[in-house]
Amino acid sequence: MTTDPKTASVGQDRVRIDGPLKVTGTAPYAFEQPTENPAYLFPLTSTITRGKIRAIDASAARALSGVLEVLTHENAPKLLAKTDTELYILQSRDVHYFGENIGAVVAETQEIARHAASLVRVEYDTEQEDTRFRPEHPERYNPGKINTGIPADSKQGNVEQGLAEAAVTVDEVYATPYEHHNPMEMHSVIAEWDRERLDGVLGVLGERPHLRIHDASQGVSYERLMLLPLLGLLPQQVEISSPYVGGAFGSKGIPHAQVMLTVLAARLMPGRAVKYMLSRQQMFRSVGHRLTTHQRFRLGAAADGTLTAITHDVQQSSSRLKQFAEQTVNATRHLYAAPHRETSTRMVPLDIGPATFMRAPGEFPGMFAQETAMDELAVKLGLDPIELRLRNKPDTDPESGKPHSSHHLGECLKEGARLFGWEKRQAQPRARQEGEWLCGMGVAAATYPRQMTPPTKASVAFREGKYHVGIAAADLGTGAWTVLTQIAADALKVPEEDVVLHIGHTDLPLAFLAGGSTGTYNWGSAVMVAAVNFRDRYGLTPAEGDEAEGSAFFPDEAKKYMLDAYGAHFAEVKVSTVTGEVHVTRLLGVYDPGRIINPRTANSQFIGGMTMGISAALHEESYLDSRPGYGHVVNSDFAGYHIAANADVPDVQARWIEHPDPMFGPTGAKGIGEIGIVGVPAAIGNAIYNATGKRLRELPFTPAKLVE
Amino acid sequence: MKDTPDPGPTFPIALPIQLAVNGKRHQLDLDPRASVLDTLRDRLGVMSVKKGCDHGQCGACTVLADGKRVLSCLCLAASYDGADILTAEGLGTVDQLHPMQQAFLDHDGFQCGYCTPGQICSAVGMLDELAQGMPSHVTPDVRKVAELNDAEIRERMSGNLCRCGAYVNIVSAIREVGQGQAASAALPMPVAREVTR
Amino acid sequence: MKPFDFQRAGTVSDALAQFAPGSAYLAGGTNLVDHLRAGIREVDGLVDISRLDLTEIAELPGGGLRVGALVKNSDMAAHPLLRERYPALAEAILAGASGQIRNMATTGGNLLQRTRCVYFYDPATPCNKREPGSGCSAIGGFGKYNALFGASEHCVTVHPSDMCVALALLDAVVVAESEAGGRRIPFADFHRLPGDTPHLDTNLRPGELITAVELPAVPVAAQSTYRKARERTSYAFALVSVAAALRTEGENVAEVRLACGGVAHRPWRAHRAEAYLTGKPATAEHFRAAIEAELEEAQSGTENAFKVPLLRNMVVSVLEELRDGRTPQRRAEQGGAA
Ligand SMILES: Cc1cc2nc3c(=O)[nH]c(=O)nc-3n(C[C@H](O)[C@H](O)[C@H](O)COP(=O)(O)OP(=O)(O)OC[C@H]3O[C@@H](n4cnc5c(N)ncnc54)[C@H](O)[C@@H]3O)c2cc1C
Ligand code: FES
Ligand code: FES
Repeated sequence: MTTDPKTASVGQDRVRIDGPLKVTGTAPYAFEQPTENPAYLFPLTSTITRGKIRAIDASAARALSGVLEVLTHENAPKLLAKTDTELYILQSRDVHYFGENIGAVVAETQEIARHAASLVRVEYDTEQEDTRFRPEHPERYNPGKINTGIPADSKQGNVEQGLAEAAVTVDEVYATPYEHHNPMEMHSVIAEWDRERLDGVLGVLGERPHLRIHDASQGVSYERLMLLPLLGLLPQQVEISSPYVGGAFGSKGIPHAQVMLTVLAARLMPGRAVKYMLSRQQMFRSVGHRLTTHQRFRLGAAADGTLTAITHDVQQSSSRLKQFAEQTVNATRHLYAAPHRETSTRMVPLDIGPATFMRAPGEFPGMFAQETAMDELAVKLGLDPIELRLRNKPDTDPESGKPHSSHHLGECLKEGARLFGWEKRQAQPRARQEGEWLCGMGVAAATYPRQMTPPTKASVAFREGKYHVGIAAADLGTGAWTVLTQIAADALKVPEEDVVLHIGHTDLPLAFLAGGSTGTYNWGSAVMVAAVNFRDRYGLTPAEGDEAEGSAFFPDEAKKYMLDAYGAHFAEVKVSTVTGEVHVTRLLGVYDPGRIINPRTANSQFIGGMTMGISAALHEESYLDSRPGYGHVVNSDFAGYHIAANADVPDVQARWIEHPDPMFGPTGAKGIGEIGIVGVPAAIGNAIYNATGKRLRELPFTPAKLVE
Repeated sequence: MKDTPDPGPTFPIALPIQLAVNGKRHQLDLDPRASVLDTLRDRLGVMSVKKGCDHGQCGACTVLADGKRVLSCLCLAASYDGADILTAEGLGTVDQLHPMQQAFLDHDGFQCGYCTPGQICSAVGMLDELAQGMPSHVTPDVRKVAELNDAEIRERMSGNLCRCGAYVNIVSAIREVGQGQAASAALPMPVAREVTR
Repeated sequence: MKPFDFQRAGTVSDALAQFAPGSAYLAGGTNLVDHLRAGIREVDGLVDISRLDLTEIAELPGGGLRVGALVKNSDMAAHPLLRERYPALAEAILAGASGQIRNMATTGGNLLQRTRCVYFYDPATPCNKREPGSGCSAIGGFGKYNALFGASEHCVTVHPSDMCVALALLDAVVVAESEAGGRRIPFADFHRLPGDTPHLDTNLRPGELITAVELPAVPVAAQSTYRKARERTSYAFALVSVAAALRTEGENVAEVRLACGGVAHRPWRAHRAEAYLTGKPATAEHFRAAIEAELEEAQSGTENAFKVPLLRNMVVSVLEELRDGRTPQRRAEQGGAA
């Protein structure tokens, strides 16, 4: 059973294990899980922004044949603990934002449910609403701590002094819009309460009701942990499965209201599975978004480019219902050295739905500001932007003084410059024109930190000649099915064919969700430890049924280091002098990602992130109409909210410099799901400046901003 | 919301509709409101066609209807009575992949796989359109015959959104199949009759 | 979507007879089904006209073409004679929607597609086009697609069709049938400005069925092209589009036609610009002056102000390109590649 080291799996190019199912369309996503005689849900959503429901008249809907149930706050099962304001739905008359779930119709078919929902009449008492984001909002506040548990503000040295000493300064405001994740698979849930095991009283111990959920989820373990206190159930009473997920990008990270809505509706009809797939419009309402930011960024530098001061002051939107304080300032605290530095975060409370993680929360908006500002500084200094970055590369982490576990940003920049043909770039804007098209190149650095991961476990069991590896991980398209199999095969020293992976179910060992680019190093670590434990206990010839577990392990001394992945993005654009249309003709990313488990799936993560970066740079903006009486995103479909199409993406390439980093855990991988998008809009914006001489400081870069 | 809701007829009207799906004929009584997409997924359990928007804006629901690529979310089943519908699983199976499916696998032309069945049906239909000499938005001279190149593939595949961003790999997969087809006289267009389940 | 009756028409006279108040004709369904599902339109019955025998493109005496109302957009754009005689029309069709949609969409349906204004699509907001008298949300709201020409206080939206811009260029004729008899509607009289009746897009009467669109012989159209600016390289509606045909004699403009999309509630034929230009030297300065003459009528707000330079640049560029025979070069570049 042992294998020759040459055939070791990790690092090898492997076709996706789930590939054949996906190319034939037969991998069952949440909505497609086999169910007998399901009922279909269509939600009732608020059409006001703030106020109270006065009355709901559902008589016409109930009278419709084929309608099974109309769920509202009046008949909704009571929830136990208000541990999450987003999930604590239908417990009162209150409306907190436009599009909030205030009820549901359940019917025999989707058509009937949709039609019946349109017949329900809701009357409201409206209250004064406020959805207009403005940085100087009178109620803006300091959140104290922001996501990942870091302080909202930071201060080192004296920035005013640092700026006064500078030969050159940059002081600009950058802005990023609301965005929506829009995975191609709209959020879907099937919920069914077991009739036999349900005595009718929710949450009383001993009666053991049982709930089965199929969800499109980035992590079923933590989803269940979030639902339990609200439902008043024990873990063994709730089963969640999510073996295939049609993209997520953060929106399926934690459960949103639609899960609870379906669970509550199903509770009214035990024994019947209730199915719900959001509409694309609903995807813009209640399953999270990327918050909008307003960022003042200041840089001071000596004539040779050495930074003397960095400041980054962020105001960003927040839902009054549930705060989500993005760590927009985080990268600013770590990427470049400067003696004087200050950052701050303020939240602007609005009557909008809660924001959530969206691919590289914090790093994405923050690095747009930082890496554009760095380009502006390079222009003012007359210095090559790559050189400027190299000169300010810190020797140790600027904030904590800790050494880096590994730091290859310089290599990424230099290797990228070589591969991209950076020497052909002319520093002077508008120097290259081909026909009507102005051409230019831009660069931006990328960084993404090691995130802390709550407990995660895996198991290995030997059955019928195969090693069954179990972990409640999720594959959102990331390649987890494939890379975890590769990691397990090597850890067990068997060929991949002998490994059978099980993921995406709460019966499997508890795992942290697919988020923060942690999947591979966190789950991979748990799988490796489980494999080692298994071999330690049973040796190379296990018996049928032998089983061992392991918990993800990370070296203690990692605490002594600053842990980050790095990268550099190079963009070439052409901008039409006729229309202001921008085409990204080439995009290259060069990364410092630690160990690459599977070059094929890794490449896919990188180019996928970069493609989303093009999309954010050129297209994406959720337009929140903040006039009284509106208060919601109005371009809420793919005709109004553009995401990159094939024609937008001619040439996107990723390369990497592989330096395995054991401080990230035994896999040596640093996590690659998010770094591919960080800095891409800045690189494109910098290229647009190089092409046209126009500096754009607000995403997205649409023709309206460039035509003249 | 309207002031006086008019519930319409109290029971849905049912129409007798015949559809051949992946070579299998079905006689169904359908609500006239039902789309081909929902009929395949909810009534027939054919999940190898996906819903990504339900408004014609994403391409995930692309099927081949009588050999042409169309968006099944905007097709009322009643209007497609008698049609031959082919979805990804009708093109090929896990054991016997269609060349386009094999190419998507080889070139890693997907991530989450949700847009993939639509991409594959679209690609098959698209190559056929190209072979028939249909021009596109990027054909330099619409009066002349378009050639197979990356710009043509990208433009013609732009009706299939991929949020995972697998576009460059999708293009290389299709290029390979397209070049193969051009080299060895075009592959016969799969039609439902030839497929058995 | 409330329940409705469904009838399939076998012949034109069947279709006319089956139509009742509250019915709609169903052709490709790419607009109608979308509206029904989005809850912005209700019908009592659908008359499925998709199988009517109106799928021919026939030559007309004198060099024109007659395109059946049920010809698919993709078949129309691929027709060899149409491509030869009216390249701008083929290009316009190909610039619209996606391959799949063009395989479904029909000539008649394309003419009757309705605005893509986000408020029209959002039943929770006022929209005079959707609910007469409720107000226009696009004024002071999401306005970057708003009209430059001919808007009213009741509606500021634009017509979304690409094909129709080219049909306006060609002075096409819409052929319609009704129980009262047939009629031929010049393209210029087909679409309406919003005025105080923005719920009416066209002058087609309820129950009237489009059977064909006739393209007259327009020799100058052999040198015509269509250019579309949009926020996404493909699969996006126009910010602004331009269809143009040009014939020069010596240094001067002998004949010119110009139509614009994305700028008005109807495809906008730029008659003022045409009048200005005819007989003038075919130079960028005059092309520019011509469109400036047209733009004197334009009204824009902050959100759509960019459409003014956009339209001006596009017109100048497209006319220069036609003058110099450079259309294929631009088309090859617009795919996004280097
Ligand atoms: C995502 C998306 C993107 C698009 N992008 C573009 C674009 O970029 N450019 C563009 O131009 N278009 C675009 N379209 C619109 C598309 O071109 C139209 O939807 C299509 O042309 C309508 O044709 P149809 O046959 O499907 O019409 P249907 O939806 O069947 O009908 C539309 C209307 O016309 C009526 N009707 C149809 N035929 C007749 C007839 N013969 N006589 C009388 N009444 C009739 C119907 O009753 C209905 O009211 C897009 C559509 C979608 C969904
Ligand atoms: S589901 Fe049909 S196009 Fe999106
Ligand atoms: S593979 Fe996920 S959307 Fe295309």
